[in-house]
Amino acid sequence: MTTTLTEAPPPVASTAQQRTPPRARGRLTPYWLLLPGVLWLLVFFLMPMVYQASTSVQTGSLEEGYQVTWHFATYWDALSEYWPQFVRSVLYAGSATVLCLLLGYPLAYLIAFRAGRWRTLVLILVIAPFFTSFLIRTLAWKTILADGGPVVGALNTLHVLDVTSWLGMTAGDRVLATPLAVVCGLTYNFLPFMILPLYTSLERIDGRLHEAAGDLYATPFTTFRKVTLPLSMPGVVSGTLLTFIPASGDYINADLLGSTDTRMIGNVIQTQFLRILDYPTAAALSFLLMAAILLVVTLYIRKSGTEDLV
Amino acid sequence: MGSATTSAMTTGTTPVTAFARFARWFRRRLVVFAGLLTLGYLLLPNVVVTVFSFNDPKGRFNYAWQGFSADAWRDPCGVSGLCGSLAVSLQIAAWATLGTTVLGTMIAFALARHRFRARGAVNSLIFLPMAMPEVVMAASLLTLFLNMGAQLGFWTILIAHVMFCLSFVVVAVKARVMSMDPRLEEAAQDLYAGPVQTFVRVTLPIAAPGIAAGALLAFALSFDDFIITNFTAGSTVTFPMFVWGSAQRGTPVQINVIGTAMFVVAVVFVLAGTAVANRRKKQQE
Repeated sequence: MTTTLTEAPPPVASTAQQRTPPRARGRLTPYWLLLPGVLWLLVFFLMPMVYQASTSVQTGSLEEGYQVTWHFATYWDALSEYWPQFVRSVLYAGSATVLCLLLGYPLAYLIAFRAGRWRTLVLILVIAPFFTSFLIRTLAWKTILADGGPVVGALNTLHVLDVTSWLGMTAGDRVLATPLAVVCGLTYNFLPFMILPLYTSLERIDGRLHEAAGDLYATPFTTFRKVTLPLSMPGVVSGTLLTFIPASGDYINADLLGSTDTRMIGNVIQTQFLRILDYPTAAALSFLLMAAILLVVTLYIRKSGTEDLV
Repeated sequence: MGSATTSAMTTGTTPVTAFARFARWFRRRLVVFAGLLTLGYLLLPNVVVTVFSFNDPKGRFNYAWQGFSADAWRDPCGVSGLCGSLAVSLQIAAWATLGTTVLGTMIAFALARHRFRARGAVNSLIFLPMAMPEVVMAASLLTLFLNMGAQLGFWTILIAHVMFCLSFVVVAVKARVMSMDPRLEEAAQDLYAGPVQTFVRVTLPIAAPGIAAGALLAFALSFDDFIITNFTAGSTVTFPMFVWGSAQRGTPVQINVIGTAMFVVAVVFVLAGTAVANRRKKQQE
């Protein structure tokens, strides 16, 4: 992000493409370079996953300790008890992702093609909210969406709340402590993660392609549909993943802006782990979430044919 | 829309009607209006945070406007534990940045410059932490710490932060190193520079912007992290943990003061950096 803001593209970029394959300098050099970082990830990322998998099939109690008993019923119990939270997580994170795409695309387009000399400033304004702790900003939504406040009043006057109530997104003339507030918070929190990849892929589009489409009598909409949108697909794919993945595991928005009826799977994992201390159930839920996300990511990447996400 | 498209294509030679011109004008600006609305949505909470840093709340919570007061700005550390938590967060972020920058740069160089076995495996190991909900990493790390009987606190937070920030540094540095011209280093060696001299005088300066970007990202991620910290902190309180706690007990105005100050400092910092970069670019031309 900062790279795109503060420096010009390296003058050697064009020659770098035709460079020779990396030369062998000492055969062991890459391994020494990799060793500490990879070891760190193995011990503190991969090994915990194994521990978690093993914890999920243990039985016992805090006082007497836990033993691995291959008690797979924990998974079944966890799923049958907490499936509403799972469904809710997918629904909320999915709605937030769609909203982020709808809201973020125009802004990314604006920055890439219309901002002119304001481009850097608008980009800074997109990144700037990051610098205020996101918890403080999420709490600000409590003020914005407060009962009887101007936003809720306006939504009421426009009868928007009647529609959302009918959809089950709000209750009565309240927005706080409803699904709408949670989705609104999720959308807000992960919007920059959608805008930045979109902007990166839009910015790469050669402006002459738009001119060519116009010369061939394409309307602006056709140009968008046939030229801009297909070329920005890598940004759409990584943007939706970068939004959906963290949103599906989030429990901050559901906790601060929602109620007990809006609890997501992240809330359950957090409570089970840190308050109820039922480690096997928590580990099983966390493992299920991980499996679901990996499945979604793999299918999505394969379907969209984008391999170069990293 | 499909029929409109074909008709526009076949009647392309006829003059554009006033309505079509208006529709075109409106459609063109629609993107700008929509984009600015989104920008407003993004910035609204920051405006609220700033305005409410001057609030004079009557109860424990700072959610409703009561009256103007600059008391909190005069005494930002007036709430017990607030500035202490800020110091803890800054310390952890600084150490995590140092650790991830060193480890991440090494991995990035290995990936960008060398051929070795298990390259795909290393790539996946770098990608996975970024494709994992934080709560999963947090929960599994806690099971590891509990199994090892580790004392939760400063060190477990630091370990966790280095773990989840590492991938982002690798990606940032790798992108920069990949776009480097290897002939520059060959030229240095042709001019009798040793490997160490080549690295310090040629390679490192060219890779520096990527390393700086990675370090900044790591600092921001670590400083603002809540979920992983919540699981690995024990009784240690970082700044996000303090805000979380106060959301349950009562939010002091000082939280908004710190939030506003961080925002202003960061924006000034970024604007100054951009101005310097622009001037340097002009000088080069």
